[in-house]
Amino acid sequence: MSESRISAWDRVLLARNPNRPHTLTFIRALCDEFVELHGDRLAGDDIALVGGLASFRGRTIVVLGHQKGESTRENLERNFGMPRPEGYRKAQRLMRHAEKFAVPLVTFIDTPGADPGLASEENGQAFAIAECIATMTALTTPTVAVVIGEGGSGGALAIGVADRVLMLENAIYSVASPEAAAAIIWKDAARAPDAAESMRVGADDLLAFGLIDEVIREQPPAHEDAMATIRATGDAIERCLLALDESHRRGVSGDRALLDARYTKYRQMGRWHERATSALREIVEVSTD
Amino acid sequence: MRELFRRQPKFTPTGEDDQRQHVPERISMLADDGAFEEWDSDVVTADPLEFIADGEPYLEKARRTAERHGVSEAVVSGKLQVDGHQLAVVVTDFRFMGASMGSVYGEKLARACERAVAERLPLLTISASGGARMQEGLFSLMQMAKTTAALTRLGDARLPHLSLLTDPCYGGVTASYATTADVVMAEPGALIGFAGPRVIEQVTRQKLPPGFQTAEFLFAHGLIDIVVHRRDLAARIATLLELYSGVRSTRRRKRSELGDTPREHVATQGSSA
Repeated sequence: MSESRISAWDRVLLARNPNRPHTLTFIRALCDEFVELHGDRLAGDDIALVGGLASFRGRTIVVLGHQKGESTRENLERNFGMPRPEGYRKAQRLMRHAEKFAVPLVTFIDTPGADPGLASEENGQAFAIAECIATMTALTTPTVAVVIGEGGSGGALAIGVADRVLMLENAIYSVASPEAAAAIIWKDAARAPDAAESMRVGADDLLAFGLIDEVIREQPPAHEDAMATIRATGDAIERCLLALDESHRRGVSGDRALLDARYTKYRQMGRWHERATSALREIVEVSTD
Repeated sequence: MRELFRRQPKFTPTGEDDQRQHVPERISMLADDGAFEEWDSDVVTADPLEFIADGEPYLEKARRTAERHGVSEAVVSGKLQVDGHQLAVVVTDFRFMGASMGSVYGEKLARACERAVAERLPLLTISASGGARMQEGLFSLMQMAKTTAALTRLGDARLPHLSLLTDPCYGGVTASYATTADVVMAEPGALIGFAGPRVIEQVTRQKLPPGFQTAEFLFAHGLIDIVVHRRDLAARIATLLELYSGVRSTRRRKRSELGDTPREHVATQGSSA
């Protein structure tokens, strides 16, 4: 593989490179038609998360994703791709839409994290994310998620609990931003590069861990020439959808099989040891009545 | 899978809500006669990332924490009875690395859900947590999906999930299984949120109002069902479980006629100090 060993921190900077293609760039390049649907039918329309109906390689899909700005001004408008609860509730609405019309759901992940503001807390940010996750675990239509830039924390996972999870070579996916993780581990956000290294945020590591399904190579890197990467991403999504078509038969039993496979996929994630005794046993009085 | 019945150490609950309670106290306060059948205590921390911070390997830190506080990981799961109602419980212990959610947490909770489905038990989760476990990286994030998926299955089986949020509850735990419950409860004054107040102030430079992220604040914003005092918790759970089961136990009726339960009695004694 021509891919050079670059540091985890370099990868973080690459993932954040403003010249990388963002969600709408992917959608416009890959879909013949795209009708954006707006609003959560409750409080507002959060443009940090976009989505709608699209035609992708001869089929109708529902597509959604985090949307960063292409300029500082647009970034401010789009809150740097950090959705508020309204955004996650819109996402949930679009997920249901895909299910209702039995079309696949494709999501693009590119966020530093969910918006951490006062109003977001008041409006139930955690609850909105949790509902998105719950919706995705039980959605009876095939789902594909692609991490195209920053996969930051629960705000990323909210639209990432898919049947197939793909990741661009220079994207990152992490439990918390390296800065936040460094603040937690070392009480020093400046140690973000150490956190990035320790947390294994790169695509190849995550593939080896079985936490994602496929790495899409960027040749050349997407910030230099986006089209090659976008095409490769389209090919990968199409392959996944065809494979899911094969396995997902219409009807109740087909839906059951799809949900079972998704359940098993996430159920097995995690690493632990099992041992015969635990420390807890030593501190509690044990009686065998 | 090992099972055993055990009695918790003698503990007199104070009923004070402003004190953090850990696993043994929580269980002894809830369980009839303090009887608790623990599940999966043999599931312990692994170190998939070979994580080292400040020269100390993650596994060493986990072991040291476990020994110091006498807990095997951040959650304890098992079965107990509240006023004669059997239920599965999963309780966090904040002393174990801030009860952060890593693989063990997720696995024990998922197993508890599956077992609850198999044994037709309702589930109570009692959560305090700083969020996801950094030392397990993306494995930790995926526990949000894993636990939420397992709870979806509990729901498919029409078994209720009651969730009690306790101080403090943040990040990945609040943004997953703990808030998708059928009934979301919180203890008075408990701080609950997605992002911590320090982060919010740093990122947004917003001044946070008094009482921000307290249980009462969330209640006022329509996010949680019930703010429940610790001393009332067992009775409240018993009532909910009776309603879900559709069967009123005669034992309960007798107790309410008496106007008191032994547990409440103990709580009153404890708090009179």
